[in-house]
Amino acid sequence: MNKPENSPLTQATALTVENLSFSYARKKALDQVSFSVNASQCTILLGPNGAGKSTLFSLITRLYDTRQGSITLCGFDVKKRTGQALSKLGVVFQQTTLDMDLTVMQNLRYHTALHGIGGKIAKKRIQEELERLKMYERRGERIRQLNGGHRRRVEIARALLHKPAVLLLDEPTVGLDIPSRHSIVEHVHALAAEHGLAILWATHLVDEIYPQDQLVVLHQGSIKQTGSLEQVIRKTNSQSIHEAFQQLTQDDRE
Amino acid sequence: MSSLHYLRAMQGIVGRELWRFVRQRERFVSALVRPLVWLFIFAAGFRATLGVAISPPYETYILYEVYITPGLVGMIQLFNGMQSSLSMVYDREMGSMRILMVCPLPRWFLLVSKLIAGVSVSILQVYVFLAIAWCYEVEAPWQGYLYLLPALILSGLMLGALGLLLSSFIKQLENFAGVMNFIIFPMFFMSTALYPLWKMKESSVWLHQLAHYNPFSQAVELIRFALYGEFNEYAFIYTLCAFVLFMTVAVIGYNPSKGMMMKKGGR
Repeated sequence: MNKPENSPLTQATALTVENLSFSYARKKALDQVSFSVNASQCTILLGPNGAGKSTLFSLITRLYDTRQGSITLCGFDVKKRTGQALSKLGVVFQQTTLDMDLTVMQNLRYHTALHGIGGKIAKKRIQEELERLKMYERRGERIRQLNGGHRRRVEIARALLHKPAVLLLDEPTVGLDIPSRHSIVEHVHALAAEHGLAILWATHLVDEIYPQDQLVVLHQGSIKQTGSLEQVIRKTNSQSIHEAFQQLTQDDRE
Repeated sequence: MSSLHYLRAMQGIVGRELWRFVRQRERFVSALVRPLVWLFIFAAGFRATLGVAISPPYETYILYEVYITPGLVGMIQLFNGMQSSLSMVYDREMGSMRILMVCPLPRWFLLVSKLIAGVSVSILQVYVFLAIAWCYEVEAPWQGYLYLLPALILSGLMLGALGLLLSSFIKQLENFAGVMNFIIFPMFFMSTALYPLWKMKESSVWLHQLAHYNPFSQAVELIRFALYGEFNEYAFIYTLCAFVLFMTVAVIGYNPSKGMMMKKGGR
């Protein structure tokens, strides 16, 4: 696909990864990875620990440089037009990235400043996003006082303040209790369905998948299967996604 | 990306750093205690043993406390520069640096903003320290405290850039102690912070040379002269060049396609 780089976001594909390979000093972390993420859809990047999910995220967010293959965000090549590409991207990292000693509001204002969003608009958007997650009353509290689930909600709110087209979440429910997990999974799916966001959600927990989701199964750095939930189950002749996942990620080194 | 975007981002970064500093009381106190211990105890002990001859910018015989004060100002900035830059390595792994790195601004600008934020914190510390030193009768002419500000900005930038450079090239950062032993202490002791250059020459020509070319010495001299309302051109140019050099290498180090990020990426 050779679309002009600055074409507006009329196409449904919001994130394209093509032939992406990456190695650390000795170990190959990603091998010829290609897939795409569409607007209004939740794409689940499913893989066990060490599959290469975090490496992939580091490449998309340009913490590491892409040496082989390409990543395109809303038509902008991440390597060549980094600024434009990154402005379309919201990220929730695996580890918490909030300042513990600052309040919810201060953390969010920091983010709007980084994205150049001015006072009034920033205030309005922060209110909107926090209200949507039922966190607005807690805006004056320090992060340290919040529990894990609430911290995650703040991070999700933050990732949306600059109105990105693509939202990346790197195992956002790790370490949360079941009700918190449930509400975050639901909220993110609603963002895709109601607000047209393209979501890429990395996880190793199959119960976070909804029937309408797209799947990308990653294992040992390469893609084992892609398609809708139903397709993946069918292609692997499995009864359930749980079984399909087991089958696709069996350790074939031994 | 408009210039307003840049301005807001820089305000955000500097504001965050200052807030964090004010909130973390222990950090504030420990940053002050260190130079005060040197001033009240070390300098007091050496007061009698070291006779400091008249050398510019001083016009009379001075007490050792007076001599050491600009050196301690430099020390505050040295520690601060190293600490804030090294905390970026930690931040990078822990995440808050990643939030900064994914915002749609050029990386060099983000690094410079981080640097300016660190310098702002160090300047705050320096003036509080000088206020306490004033009460201890280490007094400079009042204009000196004004002239000091631009000197502090430049020396702070230089030392912060050095920290950045180190943070982008040090592969693994086990703890701060290694950096203390191998960078901070040699730099501090091999400088004009504690003893004047001519004094060093008496004991070792070799040491004298090292101290002379130590950028930290020149930063201290810049501060020392500024505090007495004088401009040390050589120290200024030396510090400026060191800053430009360190910063350039640091930006290259943080560039994902050229730098060392990859080598540190393994897990």
